[in-house]
Amino acid sequence: MTSAVALPPSPAMPARTPLASRAAAAIPKILFWIYVLAFFVYLFAPLVVMSAAAFNTSRFPTVTPWLGTTTDWFAQMVDDAAMWRALWTSAIVALGVVAIAVPVGTAAALVLTSLHARAKSVLYALMVSPLLTPGVVIGIATLVLWRQIGVGGGLLLIVLAQASFISAYVMLMVAARLQRFDRTLEEAALGLGASKLMVFRRVLLPFLKPALLAAALLATLQSIENYNTTLFVRGFETPLTVYIATKVRTGLTPAVNALALVMIAITIAGALAWEIARRLEARRSAASSS
Amino acid sequence: MSALTGRFGPGLAGLFLVLVGFWLAGLVLAPNLMMIDFALRPNLLPADVGGPLDTYSLDNLAYLAGEPVHREIFLKTVWASALVTIATFVVCYPLAFWLAQTASPSAASLVVLALVIPFWINEVLRTLAWYILLAFRGPLNAFLMNLGILDEPMRWYGDGGVLAGMVYAYILFMLFPIYNSIESLEKAQIEAARDLGAATWRIHLRIVIPHAKAGIATGCVFTFMLAAGSYVAPALLGAPGSRWFTQIIYNWFFEGGDWNRGAAYALVLLVLCLAVVLITLRVFRVSLTDVAK
Amino acid sequence: MSHSVALERVTMAFGETRAVDDVSFTVEPGEFFSILGPSGCGKTTILRMVAGFLAPSAGRVLIGERDMAGLGPNQRPTAMIFQSLALFPLMPVWENIAFGLEARGVSKEKRRRRAEELLDLIALSGYGERKISELSGGQKQRVAIARALAVEPQVLLLDEPLSALDLKLRQHMRAELRTIQKRTGVTFLYITHDQSEALAMSDRVAVMSAGVLQQVAAPRTLYDEPATPFVATFVGETNAVPGRVVAIENGEAALDTAHGRFTARAGAGLAAGAEATLYVRPEALTLARQGATAGEGAGPNVLAARAERLDFEGAFGLLHGATADGARLLAALPSTTLGGAPAPGAEIAFSFSTRDAIALPGHAQARPEEEP
Repeated sequence: MTSAVALPPSPAMPARTPLASRAAAAIPKILFWIYVLAFFVYLFAPLVVMSAAAFNTSRFPTVTPWLGTTTDWFAQMVDDAAMWRALWTSAIVALGVVAIAVPVGTAAALVLTSLHARAKSVLYALMVSPLLTPGVVIGIATLVLWRQIGVGGGLLLIVLAQASFISAYVMLMVAARLQRFDRTLEEAALGLGASKLMVFRRVLLPFLKPALLAAALLATLQSIENYNTTLFVRGFETPLTVYIATKVRTGLTPAVNALALVMIAITIAGALAWEIARRLEARRSAASSS
Repeated sequence: MSALTGRFGPGLAGLFLVLVGFWLAGLVLAPNLMMIDFALRPNLLPADVGGPLDTYSLDNLAYLAGEPVHREIFLKTVWASALVTIATFVVCYPLAFWLAQTASPSAASLVVLALVIPFWINEVLRTLAWYILLAFRGPLNAFLMNLGILDEPMRWYGDGGVLAGMVYAYILFMLFPIYNSIESLEKAQIEAARDLGAATWRIHLRIVIPHAKAGIATGCVFTFMLAAGSYVAPALLGAPGSRWFTQIIYNWFFEGGDWNRGAAYALVLLVLCLAVVLITLRVFRVSLTDVAK
Repeated sequence: MSHSVALERVTMAFGETRAVDDVSFTVEPGEFFSILGPSGCGKTTILRMVAGFLAPSAGRVLIGERDMAGLGPNQRPTAMIFQSLALFPLMPVWENIAFGLEARGVSKEKRRRRAEELLDLIALSGYGERKISELSGGQKQRVAIARALAVEPQVLLLDEPLSALDLKLRQHMRAELRTIQKRTGVTFLYITHDQSEALAMSDRVAVMSAGVLQQVAAPRTLYDEPATPFVATFVGETNAVPGRVVAIENGEAALDTAHGRFTARAGAGLAAGAEATLYVRPEALTLARQGATAGEGAGPNVLAARAERLDFEGAFGLLHGATADGARLLAALPSTTLGGAPAPGAEIAFSFSTRDAIALPGHAQARPEEEP
């Protein structure tokens, strides 16, 4: 029997002895695992080195050479009044950003749902545009606008500049949750005599609550870790990220590493808590939908 | 708009519209328009503002085109950002594919969690970590000398350092969009392709990448934008002489004292990023709705 | 005292399509009234206009003789039970039931007490603190009913509330709904595509097709005296024989068909010489002596056919047959008469009385597809 079309031998099945082909098949696998290993070394080595340096007695933060183990840098960090002031500034900014971005982003998501295709896509593009704008540009644009009105860089401008793009994150998170909302619940509440305000307060808002909490948390983190935008509108304020960056120039000591380690610990705890909460929620919604 | 009042009543609907208006008009549009206005006016003494010298022109933009150092830095920023984007894609794609298609659910969720942790740590600290790692007398040099790979310490600060630090900083902006889009690919499609005798590279080129294009476009757009607008990584990890475009902008504002020229430079950066976004979306045929998720 | 519901020449147009076309009917106070029709016939649109979620393009909706124009769903004396039930998943059972009272500013203490009473009524005492997700399908159904009743509506609107339940529970809930309706005396406006549901529960049924009201009548009347070909074919099984009216006399019509001349009751709008269709129910057909013709002691109407298949269904045997021109026939024969059932392929004849057949103008449309 001959087929009309002569097929070339399939590249997936080269003719080799079983042993050789098994070895050849293993090579991509080994290469892949080397890649994965390298990836995670790349991901974690800097963080490990930075954290470990907080315990080295060396004045410049490093792990080589290891001059001796100490926790003095933590004590120095705690005694650093400027650091505490910077933290306080960051906290106030974050509070302000949450207070603006969460209501604004939520309103934006709700306005989007009640628009039709054309207007919706235009408005949507405008709303996500701050996410595609470099942070420095947002800072500069805010700075030049407010100078015209006579307001210089400072807490107010930091909050407004950050809120302009963090609102977009909130909008996306709320809109994602809103997609799963069953509108008949609103009709049912209306049909039972509830006012529109009560429908919003008792039906829609409780449904959105998890997304709003998550958005508030995300907004807080985004605000605290922002640097590029803040740099341009900070005026004479020094939030935490700016403080850390200045330290590099004005004399970096492992006290900064101690601070970094604390922040890493908090973020890991936060990430874990977030993940656990997310999984619990997923399990609960899976249970209630079955 | 009537749908909004119909659903929430005039009071709430009005409040929502006021909030959205405040955001889009006050925090997004007005600042950008003012920045354009600034960019097109000359830098004048307060006394001359509004006077005969205060006219619109493209002088500030022409200055960037004519000043060889700035022009070169701008072009370097563009291609280096593109390089960062490509490097990040190459680093992320295999892991994203493995996570989305091959890994067991429990392994995948563990790895995702491990990936998320560095992501939550802010960019300044992440860059600082590289600053420490790459120091002349730092751990990387010590490690490589111990292994006998290097005889004497290397200067890592410079283009290599910036590249490493930026790829590191933006890995997750690339990884997660790709991961999400590959995850929605049916496993059976890959199996079918393999069954039909396609080689691995062909499966990726013809099946996986076309399916994941929205995620890839998203990752690339974000990475490029972040890299071009980056400030910390070049400041900390760059060689002393070489600068990034954002550093020049910063200098116009806080050292050169010419806000108009600074605004013009910022406008160029903004236009660059928007152009990259629009071109990428057009080339990949992806809509903006797929990008922001 | 519960209220009446009246629709006066109501039309609802969505762009070019008329979902509801010039519909008028009146529901009496305390009546269990169903609107029956296939999906897309406009019945849900009518319910949503009565509830106040939609405003009619033309015509008026009156509840208790009061024009409802301009009143939102929260201002009408109605309560609705949704197809999906739409229970609030984040509130415990009792808060769901008391939600309407909360909207009316009733104190928490009173709300709680009223919720307990209603939980008693639906035999779910002690379930007040449960989550909605912890309830079974039937329990959710009852909570939805209690939630609607808590606001003491004058009219209860039900949008296929039983469609999500399995058959057994559905039959049980039918009886329960009927009992609750009788006990509370509330006017029920019930939407369904399930004719047995409509026929079993309702005082009167309105049949709709493609936005047009076909007939409003008591279930029995609907079955025995369909006003339109749609009603004749949609409600229950029927056999249709197309023909032409030869004469009408004393309320009886004679039709010439491809299978001979038949007599039947004359339906409304029938005119001599016009096209018409004769409808006869499967249970009205009896097996005549083989080879019988009209006037040979088999009654006035004899229809020749060939037997195809007999499905035994307990009390009845369903005999499927076909006429010479291929039209299908169905006869429901009592099992007691099945002794000499014809073998497949046998030539047979069905007879039926004039009283059991009805002639309606026009030629029959194809029977609409049953919904799942």
